[in-house]
Amino acid sequence: MTVASSSPPSRLPLRGAEGAQPKPKTHRIRAGAEHGDGPLAALFVAPAMLGFLVFLLWPTLRGVYLSFTRFNLLTPAKWVGLDNYVRMVHDPIFWDSLKVTVEYVLINIGVQTVSALAIAVLLQRLTQSAVLRGIVLTPYLMSNVVAGIVWLWILDTQLGIGNEIIGALGFDRIPFLADETWAIPTIALINVWRHVGYTALLLFAGLQAIPNDMYEAAKVDGASERRMFLRITMPLLRPVLAVVLIMTVIGSFQVFDTVAVTTQGGPANATNVLQYYIYGSAFGRFQFGYASAMSVALLVVLSAITFVQYRITRAGQTDLG
Amino acid sequence: MAAVTTTTTTHVRPLRRRPSPGRIVAWAAMGAIALITLLPFYWILRTALSSNAGLAADPGNPLPVDLTGSGFARALGLQSTKEAIAEGGAGGGLVFWHYLLNSVIVSTLVTVCQIFFSAMAAYAFARLRWRGRDKVFGLFLAGLMVPAIFTLLPNFVLIKQLGLVDTLLGISLPTMFMTPFAVFFLRQFFMNVPREVEEAALLDGAGKIRIFYRVLLPMASTPVLTLAVLTYITSWNDYFWPLMVSYSDSSRVLTVALAVFRAQVPQSGVDWSGLMAATLIAALPMLVLFGVFARRIVGTISFTGIK
Repeated sequence: MTVASSSPPSRLPLRGAEGAQPKPKTHRIRAGAEHGDGPLAALFVAPAMLGFLVFLLWPTLRGVYLSFTRFNLLTPAKWVGLDNYVRMVHDPIFWDSLKVTVEYVLINIGVQTVSALAIAVLLQRLTQSAVLRGIVLTPYLMSNVVAGIVWLWILDTQLGIGNEIIGALGFDRIPFLADETWAIPTIALINVWRHVGYTALLLFAGLQAIPNDMYEAAKVDGASERRMFLRITMPLLRPVLAVVLIMTVIGSFQVFDTVAVTTQGGPANATNVLQYYIYGSAFGRFQFGYASAMSVALLVVLSAITFVQYRITRAGQTDLG
Repeated sequence: MAAVTTTTTTHVRPLRRRPSPGRIVAWAAMGAIALITLLPFYWILRTALSSNAGLAADPGNPLPVDLTGSGFARALGLQSTKEAIAEGGAGGGLVFWHYLLNSVIVSTLVTVCQIFFSAMAAYAFARLRWRGRDKVFGLFLAGLMVPAIFTLLPNFVLIKQLGLVDTLLGISLPTMFMTPFAVFFLRQFFMNVPREVEEAALLDGAGKIRIFYRVLLPMASTPVLTLAVLTYITSWNDYFWPLMVSYSDSSRVLTVALAVFRAQVPQSGVDWSGLMAATLIAALPMLVLFGVFARRIVGTISFTGIK
């Protein structure tokens, strides 16, 4: 931002110099610059603009339009007004899937934020090892599909090593992904495993911005690690934490891949998260209009959450003035 | 960004010289975290090198049971249907070489095009002067707020109307031209390049196009590389969109193929050995890619996530 605002003054002397000693070879380009870089800028922005209009702006508007139609892909979309929304409000499966999604998000975000913070603080206070930071990031390199399948195998009731250990310790084996109570927490934790390292690195970056002098001074005053965490780390990290939280909440509302490869919405709709239900409505039952309406609902929920979160967490400011 | 990492390394010191009980507990916690992070990778390898019969007989063995490459042979389509079924496989023809190639094509196409076009736009937003620039950039930024899920269904309808369903191009197109994030990320970097650099090149008679390709783009190699690796990983790992668009082998990428492989449960139960071999084939390229660029990426990641 600062560079942009300071750029016009720094350009003025340059243009004066241009006028004083014109070089024939570059004359035309410079003359163009006199009137701004319009044509050149148009050329440079064109591909990205095309992508933006065709695959982002237009689909967004079209998604809203489709939510007011009945559309099965084969025949043209038929305008039905608010029918899809009325149906949605009266659809118990929709409300169930919203509930399941929220349950997933709460567990996922709760565990992930606390563990990521712990990892970030450990990384900062314990060691500067880039290797450890790299290790923590490795699950992020896996796809959700890979993560889902690996944990499906580890947690397998019959042969999984997780359940072997539980069995060896003398407990009953747990059908993690086949049980209505366990399925959502399990999926939430699988995704924590995959994403926690990335989140931790973002927080770690925030921690790096805290001047080390503050810790040194606190130590001289005889402050304990716990006290330093509560009085220095947390207040100064808050804005970063808030932004990371907003990003991860939006991301985790869109859970789909892990559910698709592990439980496919079961058992008995216990993991039928909203995005999975939307996908099923569109590609299983060809109700693209209804699926679009649910997407609009998800968009509204996400916008509202972002807005409220931003307000509550005052993402832009720290507690230390 | 690399600078930030290195400077902080020098003045952040471990807390105390002698190990206190607190430090020991902290290190133990760190060790446990590393273990939970890495063990599943070992378990993939151990299972992939076991036979299905061996896994059933001795599920708790920490080493590969009945060491064999049969799982890989199945994943790579080197076994006959009869052999595959005898070894606990489904016998369906999924050849992971083919999906590997599809994944490479899609991810490369998306990464190269997206970063190149985004860099061009970022340059125009950061360094060129034109009417409406800030308004257009604001529009791009607003695009950051539209969650991916929302555009997926309409995009599918569009790709279908373009006749590109079940093609690699259809999978690549929506992210080939830009993402608001890539534009934003690179613009941020271009803005911080001192204007003197550009002015010197201008005085040497270079045009603005030349300055972009010869001066600014090379200067931005570290952020471009980080962004490229992250884009590659994201594209490689994407599942939902390819699942929508691809129906057959011709456009199936690794993530989708894996899910299909997982869904083919043979009579004898899941083919865990083959599935883990396939999983390893799907995951290994990203581990290698990361291994090569890890240092730079770990250093730059702070910049990528927080805006």
